[in-house]
Amino acid sequence: MGGVYACLGLALVMIYQSTNHINFAQGEMAMFSTFIAAMCLQSGMPYWASFLATVAFGFVAGFAIERIVLRPFKDMPETSIVVVFIGLYIGVNALAGWIFGHELAPFPSPFPEKAPFGTTLISGHELGMIAVVLAVVCALYAFLRFTRVGLAIRASAENPVSSRLSGIPVSLMVSLGWGVSSAIGSIAGLMVAPIVFLDTNMMGGVLIYAFAAALLGGIDNPWGAVAGGVIVGVVENLAGAYVVGTELKLSVALLVIIGVLLVRPSGLFGRKLVTRV
Amino acid sequence: MSAVDASERSSPTPDKPIRKPGRAGAVLAILGLLTIAAVLPLLASDYRISQATMTIIMAIGVLGLNLLVGYNGQISLGHGAIYALGAYTAAILIDRVGLAWWATIPIAGAVCFVFGFLFGWPALRLKGHYLALATFALALAAPQLLKDKALEQWTGGVQGIVLTPPEAPFGWALSPDQWLYYVTTLIAAAMFLVAWNILRGRLGRAMVAIREQPIAASAMGVNVPYVKAMTFGISSMYTGVAGALGAIATAFVAPDSFGMFVSIFFLVGVIVGGIGTISGALVGALFIQFVPDLADQVSKSAPSAIYALFLIVSMRLMPTGVVGLVRSLHSRLTAERRPRS
Repeated sequence: MGGVYACLGLALVMIYQSTNHINFAQGEMAMFSTFIAAMCLQSGMPYWASFLATVAFGFVAGFAIERIVLRPFKDMPETSIVVVFIGLYIGVNALAGWIFGHELAPFPSPFPEKAPFGTTLISGHELGMIAVVLAVVCALYAFLRFTRVGLAIRASAENPVSSRLSGIPVSLMVSLGWGVSSAIGSIAGLMVAPIVFLDTNMMGGVLIYAFAAALLGGIDNPWGAVAGGVIVGVVENLAGAYVVGTELKLSVALLVIIGVLLVRPSGLFGRKLVTRV
Repeated sequence: MSAVDASERSSPTPDKPIRKPGRAGAVLAILGLLTIAAVLPLLASDYRISQATMTIIMAIGVLGLNLLVGYNGQISLGHGAIYALGAYTAAILIDRVGLAWWATIPIAGAVCFVFGFLFGWPALRLKGHYLALATFALALAAPQLLKDKALEQWTGGVQGIVLTPPEAPFGWALSPDQWLYYVTTLIAAAMFLVAWNILRGRLGRAMVAIREQPIAASAMGVNVPYVKAMTFGISSMYTGVAGALGAIATAFVAPDSFGMFVSIFFLVGVIVGGIGTISGALVGALFIQFVPDLADQVSKSAPSAIYALFLIVSMRLMPTGVVGLVRSLHSRLTAERRPRS
């Protein structure tokens, strides 16, 4: 599961990188995209074509949500923006329930049932998932680090005023960041759906682990999110098996989040932020 | 109402100065409200009475969250968990310890106050979305904790705890619903009064000062960590009392009635009713009590869709909620009638 946490955590990092906000609706947006993928598959499209279509949909949806819903709140205090995110969270969930219904549905995995080399430690899907997540993080890192657009996105988040003065279209960059993040989120949705079944509430638990992962790794560092995701996944399963039992797994995430925020708010690999008053 | 002068003066959003409504008008409105509240159970059916009771209970909870969000500018998405703590404290004390139901309400309030204060102490180091995140995790984890095996002998696990609704004492000719309604209304009135007084006092001014300018507030000698934790504690106490009353009124507690959505209910109540207003708690509670019933007839998903719409749209169009909207309309009207001197 660590891979999924890492992937959704990456999406959170991406939005944080471009807007300095934490998107509470990330999981729900991913869930919605996954339903789109299920629709594509049902209409007979091959898996990878639906995959691409879904990622494209995620990108457009994220872009549109930023433009339509978030844009008017640009200069509002943080508390108001959190409220808007919560509105988005329940709104997307309700919309999905309205359109797609509340039944559980199985979702196919693109990877073979059995892992290669006859190992039983890990299933084919999990192995494929790890590969996908690694590919995503490399791509994202390269995008943010080595391309002009990536640099512009980071610059607009860090210092919108200076960025605008040096000719970066800041508002476009913010929307772009949302689009990319939402696309990554939809990949996470596609990867997690075969494990937990497709359902409007499938992301509830995953989201909180993704938060834990992103915070643990440092909310501004893509590699940190991946490392955090793996650590959280391992800790969750070890604690679930040996310490607290499966019923209390969510509390582990709660402890990780609070612990990280208290002890080391910038995460394991994040940069310390110093605020000037 | 003049209860919120302190916040109005420094409120961040209003683009026009809001006039102070006349004190006489406020007193009349409160008296009218109390009269309606007193007469209502004699006219309405038992079902309507219990709905009204739940509305008033929600109003206490919304008021609690509003103290934190509206006056102190801290956000909490975890008040559902605190509501659950209050409800379970009351239920366990009644069912397992055998305490009288009325005695459990202050205890639940005290337990939640301590919990809120202790949770608020570390959490106040977190700002904005980090605090939201920590409390969000708390709300998600709460039902799981309540279902936990280790606590099952107290909490009743998944089954929850069934209580018996209290009867009217001294042979008064009141049905249980009517009796509970009156008790709830009295407690709510007392708690609204207390909130009004807190907000007028030293602590209330410190709370608002921190919301507006934490650094300036601490320079003026406000003990920021203490006030923040205190606000979290008081806010939790209100929500805990609401939880205890809720448990007694529904005569049943179970983990699944305290999911994430309870926290969201409270938040919707605060935002729609009016952030940073006392009377907004009542409006917000009416909204969260009755709008889902209406919307449920349309579709199962409609209530949440409407909540979402109201959260986002009211943040945009009426950031001070229904009460703020009414107030600014009122001040606009009176301003037109009496030209500026």
